[in-house]
Amino acid sequence: MIEKPLGPLPLDAPVPGSSFTDLLESLGTGPEIIIPPGTQLPSVPEGTTVLALRYDGGVVMAGDRRATEGHLVAHKRIRKVFAADLYSAVAVAGVAGLAMDMVKLFQVELEHYEKIEGLRLSLEGKASFLARLVRSQLPMAIQGLVVVPLFAGYDEREARGRVYTYDVVGGRYEETEFGSTGSGSSLAKAYLRTAYRDDLGSEGAMATAVNALVAASSEDTATGGPDLKRGILPNVVRIDADGFFELDDEAIYPLAEHAVENIR
Amino acid sequence: MSIPFYVAPEQLVRDKAEFARKGIARGRSIVAVDYAEGVLLLAENPSTALHKISEVYDRIAFAGVGKYNEFETLRKAGIRQADLMGYLYSRDDVTAMGLATAFAQTLGMIFTRDPKPFEVEILLAEISEDGNEHRLFRVTYDGTLFDERKYVAIGGKAEQLMEALSELWTEEMTLKQAFDAGVEAFSRAEGRESEGWEVAVLDGGNGRRSFRRLSPDEVGTS
Repeated sequence: MIEKPLGPLPLDAPVPGSSFTDLLESLGTGPEIIIPPGTQLPSVPEGTTVLALRYDGGVVMAGDRRATEGHLVAHKRIRKVFAADLYSAVAVAGVAGLAMDMVKLFQVELEHYEKIEGLRLSLEGKASFLARLVRSQLPMAIQGLVVVPLFAGYDEREARGRVYTYDVVGGRYEETEFGSTGSGSSLAKAYLRTAYRDDLGSEGAMATAVNALVAASSEDTATGGPDLKRGILPNVVRIDADGFFELDDEAIYPLAEHAVENIR
Repeated sequence: MSIPFYVAPEQLVRDKAEFARKGIARGRSIVAVDYAEGVLLLAENPSTALHKISEVYDRIAFAGVGKYNEFETLRKAGIRQADLMGYLYSRDDVTAMGLATAFAQTLGMIFTRDPKPFEVEILLAEISEDGNEHRLFRVTYDGTLFDERKYVAIGGKAEQLMEALSELWTEEMTLKQAFDAGVEAFSRAEGRESEGWEVAVLDGGNGRRSFRRLSPDEVGTS
């Protein structure tokens, strides 16, 4: 017989005890939701293009701001690039509602592990855990509710930036140069294939990231280009040995302006 | 079936309390001291691997004295509770008051129900978002909860430390002054040199996660 834990604190935790997701699952509130087959699903907002690229000394990650619902623009200023912890960032494409939840759980998971164990997970460990979260969404993905994240961070042990891409079943692939996911990802990657160089500094990498998003938005209607008049600018973050840093709008504006003028 | 010997409840509680107090008195003490921008937590701890002070949530820190495995169990349970509350509701809904109450209830239940009480004393510190308001809570082995101001000490030498701090503490100290006051309090209470310090702060200037571990040298130069 399992004894009920004493008092209001969760003294007992599932083995190994440092995972927040396992704790949620043991309480019956885990991320997995099973939808009966044949259920008619409503149309939901979907996030579109995000990308990440390595440069000497770190990684840059960027995402456009649009979410679409069918042929309509559902949100103009949605955020798809997030800090996962001090040394990594996660970006999401796909069903926005599920994606936001995945990011929130991922952030809490990393911080929870760090507090319980007194150590940060390795970058590889974080990437593996994200794969598990993606796989837990597989029943939803089969029904058409797909979420595919992109993960990038600074590996403190190897002192370099790393980029990971995923597929719907939770497959995890480390990219040597850049990665992208979402509706405009093939266009963004096509741009990056010609524009990417090994000697991009952090400034060059950030400019290239914004250019690639603009290149994707010029052909893919689901990807939102910068709207300079309304001040809708892509999210751009950088992670290097000093940790996560997000550019503010003042810093992104000239990059976006330059990209809009120069990308045909 | 064997019939257990009758023991008067008063006797039982007294024995358990004495047992717990003895266990706690064997360990080294911890103090928390208010300074201008936050709260300093200072423990005499020769080990650099085993921590007595830890981050619980954005603006909440935990410290425990007594039996390591027991306060470690409580520390982890506190982190679980805080992260669950913050995940299910909002990060703002996690408060030291709520956690301290949960610690008190848990320790109280263990004290009355388990044959062996936990030989621990717990300290929770919290700063407000702007770093200006500070709260300190102390929970004893039997689940008694104390709301403290300015400074607090837990462990075997708690009384002597509190007495020393009552003379040393002043309003709006800098981190360095608070650290020096804590060190001086320890030397008065223990009457000997420290074997090593574990230092951490909750500081309003640290951003969302206000907890930072510091080395004694870092405090000296800040």
